[in-house]
Amino acid sequence: MKKLLIALLFSFVSTSAFAGGHSPCGVTDGSIKILANEFTTYRIFMDEVKSCAGEGADFSVTHSVDHNKLQVAALSANPAEFSAKLVTNGSITTLMNDNLIRPLDDLVAKYGSALQDNQKIMIDGKIYAIAFMANAQHLWYRESILNDLGIAVPSTYEEVIAASEKIKASGKMANPYAGAFKSGWNLGQEFVNMYLGHGGDFFKAGTAEVSVNNANGVAALNMLKRLTEVSNPDFLTQDTNAVKEEWESGNVALMHIWNSGAASLLDDEGDQMIKADTRLAPSPSVGGGMKPATTLWWDGFGIATNTSDENAEASFRALLGAATSTEMANANPNATIWLIDGYSPGDTAGPVVDAANRGATPYPSLPYMSLLHGALSTELVEFLQGNESAEKALADVEAAYVAKATEQGFL
Amino acid sequence: MPHRTFFWFFFPSGLAMLMFIGLPIISSFFQSLHIEPEQILMEVEKCDPFGCKTETKVDIEATNKLQEEQPLGRFNGLGTYGDRNHLAFDEIKEAWTNSSSIAEFTDILLNLPFYKALLFTLTFCFAVTPPVVILGFIVALSVNTITKSLKGPTIFGVILPMIVTPLIGSLVLFWMIDAKGILGSFIQFLFDDPNLSLKSSSQLTWITLIIYGIWHNTPFAFVVFYAALQTVPQDPIEAAIIDGASRYERVRHIVIPHLYPVATFIILICLMDNFRVLEPIIGFAAEGVAQSLSWMIYNDLRSENKMLFGSAGATSMLTIIGVAILLTPVLIRTWREFRTER
Repeated sequence: MKKLLIALLFSFVSTSAFAGGHSPCGVTDGSIKILANEFTTYRIFMDEVKSCAGEGADFSVTHSVDHNKLQVAALSANPAEFSAKLVTNGSITTLMNDNLIRPLDDLVAKYGSALQDNQKIMIDGKIYAIAFMANAQHLWYRESILNDLGIAVPSTYEEVIAASEKIKASGKMANPYAGAFKSGWNLGQEFVNMYLGHGGDFFKAGTAEVSVNNANGVAALNMLKRLTEVSNPDFLTQDTNAVKEEWESGNVALMHIWNSGAASLLDDEGDQMIKADTRLAPSPSVGGGMKPATTLWWDGFGIATNTSDENAEASFRALLGAATSTEMANANPNATIWLIDGYSPGDTAGPVVDAANRGATPYPSLPYMSLLHGALSTELVEFLQGNESAEKALADVEAAYVAKATEQGFL
Repeated sequence: MPHRTFFWFFFPSGLAMLMFIGLPIISSFFQSLHIEPEQILMEVEKCDPFGCKTETKVDIEATNKLQEEQPLGRFNGLGTYGDRNHLAFDEIKEAWTNSSSIAEFTDILLNLPFYKALLFTLTFCFAVTPPVVILGFIVALSVNTITKSLKGPTIFGVILPMIVTPLIGSLVLFWMIDAKGILGSFIQFLFDDPNLSLKSSSQLTWITLIIYGIWHNTPFAFVVFYAALQTVPQDPIEAAIIDGASRYERVRHIVIPHLYPVATFIILICLMDNFRVLEPIIGFAAEGVAQSLSWMIYNDLRSENKMLFGSAGATSMLTIIGVAILLTPVLIRTWREFRTER
């Protein structure tokens, strides 16, 4: 796995694009309706999709942070509300479960000559999605503040806490650490990171039986608790975008958020002093483990099953045009890590490559993972507020998961 | 009105109610009795940018076949109602036998999602409704006495909280009570505590939600009371003035008795509305500490990628039963009044 990612990130050997197959851009008929998450990198990508689709196409895109909640309902209808959906290794599973995205092999054969092999998401021998970027959460820090206090860049969460306490004690900042702890998906994700960092497994191998109430789970929760103690007391209401605002207001010296945040944190808007002082660092490990406490993600697109072949082809062409656009990737090298052929990674790619090299786990794409993530989203709050023990919180998570998984037919 | 005329008068709205309220309720009820068919899992090879590995996936063909055989899903009877995420009978039984004190039992009970949500919903209902009725009445009395030229703008100002969409209203307030927002920093200044945050503790969040609820609902009570005030007969009031009754005595002995049935109506509607509280919880990002029954339904349908129809249907049914129980005393009271009047 390591070799593969390194190869893909630093493959400057470019196979000649568009040679052979049909050019994907310049769609003239069919309607292209895309559902996507909301963040800057996706906006850059969508601009490219739009320009690839051209003037003649009926093009619309819906950006929503609630895309995961909308996707099943929107794509189940026939004809579906959207012809394409931007997916990740987290959200594709749900669509696969319900057969809501179609195999793309014929379209790839027709238009996909510029694709790299690792862009093709193959499940059981068929291509179901085309990936265009890789993402991971990692550490960000303010260099001047760490330098002033003589703190080395933390490489473990224990050091992150020590550093935060030192900054707090110096009086420079009241709440020097920030993470997306908003109750809901974000909080669940923080636990997923920390639990994997401790070397935990979510399920008994090969089954849907959950197992998080163990020493790893307790250690992960206790670490999250200690992090929230050096965070803004409103941490349960802060999602990634709110954390970025805190950063840009200069209230935070250390944070653990997405690599793709660079697109908005390192742009020309906002306080340029803070921007110049912002540094990216690898994701810390935790509890003496070797793996960084983070998950690897790919972002790509899938095409709806319940849409006409004509719309599917139009949507595929426009999205593929952007997913193979070397110009877009190299014009925005720091927006994310593009998986596109001929892309030269910018300065911000380091932490994600580092995470992959140190064996970070990709976010589990198991059919029942979203149910566990949902249970984590709601059942951990009381522990973080100090009203419940870690064991009790994890027992609640398991019980909530079992009830949901039973209803869904997994248990 | 003759029965026949009444029937034809009522028929269109009755039909609409049946189609858009009655049938969906029946359908939710049927859905709540079923759970998804068994998911057949299979091992397949998955390749992505991080490498290839064998992973579990749902066998779509086999599962679809099961789905076709049982389009509604597997019949589960009242199983969903009794599971941990709803009435949690087993958990309660266990807690009852294992806990040594009532306090411990209550703790376990209120840790179960349904009862946690029920506690907040009821607290919200009963904390919001009385102040809404009282405040609405006071505001209506005050507006009723101001000069005509100022009445229009004042009424508009008073009903503004009701005009503002709940989600927008709560979002605006949410930003204002932020530690750096205008209200948030004022409260910090007031209590001289730079770390005070309304969003960080569950008690303060509950209080914030309740105050928002009162702010949002008072205009409704005001509008109804204000309209009713216009019907207060002037003769007894004038007679009372001649008898030397003070303003307080006039309100206490003439206006309030006249407005009693209206107050019952307002309480009825307010209880019903507040029992279904949802938007402020989303707007204030309070899901972590304050969950209502409506929020549970929302969460079942929106949070998991997969929609838990059975679970949402069961919670809907329980909410309807809850509203019915809540309204019974008020309805019985209205019925008695109606009978004595006849």
